[in-house]
Amino acid sequence: MTLPYPAQAQPVPERFRGRPIFDAAKCIGCAGCANNCPAREILVYDVCQEIRILKYLGRRCTYCGRCADVCPEKAITMSHEFENATDSIGDLQQSIELFMSTCQRCGRCFKEPSPLEQLKLKGYRLDDLGNERWVYRSKAYLDEEAAADDVRIELDE
Amino acid sequence: MFGRSLWVFHANSGGCNGCDIEVLNVLTPYYDAERFGIKLVGSPRHADVMLCQGPAMRSTAKALQRAYEAMPAPKLVFAIGSCACGGGLWFDSYTVLGPVEKLIPVNFYIPGCPPRPEAILYGVAVALGLVDKKTAPVRFKQLELPIPRYHPGDLRGQDEMVVYEKLEKV
Repeated sequence: MTLPYPAQAQPVPERFRGRPIFDAAKCIGCAGCANNCPAREILVYDVCQEIRILKYLGRRCTYCGRCADVCPEKAITMSHEFENATDSIGDLQQSIELFMSTCQRCGRCFKEPSPLEQLKLKGYRLDDLGNERWVYRSKAYLDEEAAADDVRIELDE
Repeated sequence: MFGRSLWVFHANSGGCNGCDIEVLNVLTPYYDAERFGIKLVGSPRHADVMLCQGPAMRSTAKALQRAYEAMPAPKLVFAIGSCACGGGLWFDSYTVLGPVEKLIPVNFYIPGCPPRPEAILYGVAVALGLVDKKTAPVRFKQLELPIPRYHPGDLRGQDEMVVYEKLEKV
């Protein structure tokens, strides 16, 4: 018997992997999904010091689910959506703009409710937010060599 | 643009045959694409629609372009599968040029690796105007920055610390 498909919805199997859905509320911007994507389909842009943009292009995604496996916060779920046919390829994109804090030691970004931020909330802080002044960096730390070799700290001099 | 039935030509430019199997599955009586008037033809000169599977590859690029030029004028191109839509998993390999839209213009994209037969039928239904497309780009934006934005030119050096003077809420 012929399936009356486009007129009538067709359920998928329970473990079917469809289009990945990114949850911006859970994402901490660690870019583990971008590092593990076999098709190099998730791109990370650090447009400025505070904002990191996570972009999922969706065009050559093979729905392997490695991004959802590796996500530490379970922010990526493989949904059951498979009806993704479109006439413009940009419809498949998802982009998340995340606000990141800057680590005072290494200059890298992290999202706020993280272990480092919890330490900051407990009083381990170097800036004086009481005076409403944002301290950019402390020369006592940054003129020495970097904490790790791959960390390139941008000095503005 | 097309009156009744679409005759499709099936062009594999170097895929893994996964999408071919799903396309053939669509043509079987279970999914029965012939109720939309879709018929598989063996020559691009008889076809209205080209179903592209596989990425644009260096070895088959000329053949794909010649098959596209051989089709009579009102023609549609479907890119079926992740390879045809975006170049696939080996998009940066030396034999792969990228998505098929690098060689020929593509009208409809059906992503998936391989797409389900239902997904291909859905793409056909979108092309025929039977259903509306469901996908739309998703953007999550921060409307305001929770901390003041600083510029390196406004930094003032004081003895041990460098302090940002001009505060600007964005």
